[in-house]
Order: sequence, then structure tokens, then C-alpha cells
Amino acid sequence: MATVRIPTPLRKYTEGKDEVSVSGSSIRELLDNLDGSYAGIGERIRDDKGEVRRFVNIFVKDEDIRFLDGLDTKISDNDEISIIPAIAGG
Amino acid sequence: MTARLLDLRDHAGPTGAEQLAQQALVRPKRVDRVTGLIGNTPLVRLHTLEQELAGAGVELWAKCEFANPAGSVKDRPALRIIEDALARGDLAGKRLIDSTSGNTGIAYSMVGAALGIPISLVMPENVSEPRKQVTRAYGTELIFSDPMEGSDGAILLARELVRQHPDRYYYPNQYANPSNPLAHYHGTAVEIWQQTRGRISHFVTGIGTSGTVVGTSRRLHELGRAVGRDVRCVAMQPDDGMHGLEGLKHLPSSLVPEIYDASVLDDTIWMPTDEGWDMTDRLASTEGLFVGHSSGANVAAALRVARELAAAGAPGVIVTVLCDRGDRYFQPLEWEKHYVW
Repeated sequence: MATVRIPTPLRKYTEGKDEVSVSGSSIRELLDNLDGSYAGIGERIRDDKGEVRRFVNIFVKDEDIRFLDGLDTKISDNDEISIIPAIAGG
Repeated sequence: MTARLLDLRDHAGPTGAEQLAQQALVRPKRVDRVTGLIGNTPLVRLHTLEQELAGAGVELWAKCEFANPAGSVKDRPALRIIEDALARGDLAGKRLIDSTSGNTGIAYSMVGAALGIPISLVMPENVSEPRKQVTRAYGTELIFSDPMEGSDGAILLARELVRQHPDRYYYPNQYANPSNPLAHYHGTAVEIWQQTRGRISHFVTGIGTSGTVVGTSRRLHELGRAVGRDVRCVAMQPDDGMHGLEGLKHLPSSLVPEIYDASVLDDTIWMPTDEGWDMTDRLASTEGLFVGHSSGANVAAALRVARELAAAGAPGVIVTVLCDRGDRYFQPLEWEKHYVW
């Protein structure tokens, strides 16, 4: 299972948890499973075509998946995945 | 409107608000120091966007806050906050520390450098790289907070540092400091009143600290009432806590700023990130205004108000704010990661 760090605005879907463990061999699988466990969180991250929303950044360790293989980026069990929100407020 | 102004003059002479509306706004040709260039920003008309309203008598104007010397609307509160703190003696022997997503930090840095005040800033680590580099260029110290916690995480870390080192830091807290909305109450609002000759009917802008919308709206309501009419003031917020409108705040999922005052707002527009981003692109390609995403969202909100007026066959003079320039965000992540300048 990989560890997924959940940003503040999405913790309402994870019972307030800032980290959850999710299985999956790619980011796509991981996001599918994340939504399976925490209904509603998926559509905040991906649009209706299944693409990651333009303003959502997903990092595997310290690398943005846009510079890896996008949703097909492979992940292994001990990877830390971060969903990074926009920067809000003055 | 004109008839009403004349009517008032005939009986009692012009009111203060009427006199103000007749004064031309003058930008200084030379100033004593860079802080003298803050404010008195131009108003630009958005002709291409107006065309889609098909001659409905609705005017769309935008206040060019990117014309401030450090490039954003935040120069105004930064100057006022520092001037007021100096006047009270709060900064004696201390560094100024505040939490900021970037523009306030750049503004503090510029004002601090010009007035000889050391600055420390707490910002989420995922603030765009150009902003970090610009603030450092002014000699500012940067402290990073957890990107997962957003701007609220920066606020909490700044508070913690001040609690640990009360003798080292003066913490103005832009989210709670009355000098922030006052900069707009005495500056932005009065300028807009003069620049529209008192004709403004609607003011529309987004919420970051809420300083701009609260301070400007409060004064515009007062000026409007002084000539016997209402200026409608509309706030805009991202439609969700998970959004991409950097600098703007979704209050239902955030720490609500102490300076936020809903009583001066007539309405709130909830803006999807995509609508704001698309308008940002459109402003660059059709108006020649390459501005940041918060500015695009502001104009998108103003256009919604304009469409409503046009649909009702009502005229109006709508004013919104262009917070900063697009090149502050332009460098893509790839460029940041693989090149250094």
C-alpha cells in the first residue's frame, strides 16, 4: 500500500485524516481505489473525462506526475503520494 | 444621475462625494522614493468583452493594480500596514514577519527595502518559484510551511514563530490588521470614484485576505449614499476549497480573516477555476492584458454581473481589479525544475 497525503480541503472526504493508505500499481489505479474507499474525493481530483484537473498537482515522492508518465506513472508499495492544492489567500 | 446631481447642487451646493467625483486623478511625474509610486493606478476599459453585451449600455472597467511598483494590489496594504506600525513604534528593533502566498510578501519586501525595515516571510513551500526569487532579491528572509496545509498552514506557522520569539518579530497579520482594508478605503475606493466621475454602479472583486473587497466596498457604499444612490458591491470566491485561483480564498473551508465584514457585501459569486483560467487567457489574447489567474477570475465575475444587467436591459458601470501581471506565474514547473536564472 502506498501512503497518500491528503490536503486540507479534501479531508472532509477522509474523515479528517491527513494520510491514508491505498493500494494500486499506477496513479490511475490508486485514484480509482481512493475514490472507492472515500466516495466523492475522485471528482475533486479528476474531471469527467478522467483527466487530473488542470489545477491539481500530484507528486510521487518529489516529482510531479506531469513530468513522469501522468496517470500511468508506476508506483511501489512504500511510495509517498501527495495531492497538492493551490495556494489560497493573500 | 446627472439630473439628480444638478438638482442637489441647485439647492445645497455639491456634496463632498460630488466634489470628489469632479476631481481628476493625477499620477505623480516624479516622487521622493519608490513608495510614492504606490496607488493612483489607471482604469482600463474592456471593450472586447463589452462587445458581447451588444450595446446594452453596460461599461466594464478594470483597475490596473499591476501598475504598482512591486507589481500587485498588495503594495497598498503593505505600505499602509508598515506606515501605521512605524507610527505606533511597533517595529522598533524588530523584523516584520507575516504569512503570505506571495504578492503581499513581494510588497512588504519592496517597502521594507525602501524604508530600511528587515522582513521575514512565511509561505507554503509550493508558492511559485519566481515569487520566492523576487522576494529574496529584495533581501527578505523566507520560511516555508507545509504545502499540504495551504495558506492556513503559513498563518499558523507565523503565529508559532512570533509566540516563540516575541522580541525578534513584529507580526502585523494582514488577515486581521485594520490598516489592510483602510488602504483601500482611503485609496482604491476614492480613486475609482474619481476615475468614473462618480458613475460606478457595481464593484466586483475576489477575496484573498478580503482587504480589497471590504475596504473598497465600505467606502463606495458611503460615497454612493452621499449622492443618494446605491453602489452594489459583489465579492467573488472560488467555488471549492480545492481550486486553482492562486491568491483567492474559499472561506467556507478556510480560517475566516478577522477583517472580513460580510455586511458591506451585497452578494457573492462562486467562481469555478476553469472559468477564471479561461478568462485569463481571453484577456491576454483579446484585450492585450496578460494578468494573473485571480485577475481573470475577477473579470469573469464582473462579466457575469454585466450579462445580468444587459439581460435586464439595465445600464451600468462595472469596475473590477487586475491584481497582478501574468508573468509573475508564467514560468512552468518544468522550467523551474530544470533551469536556474
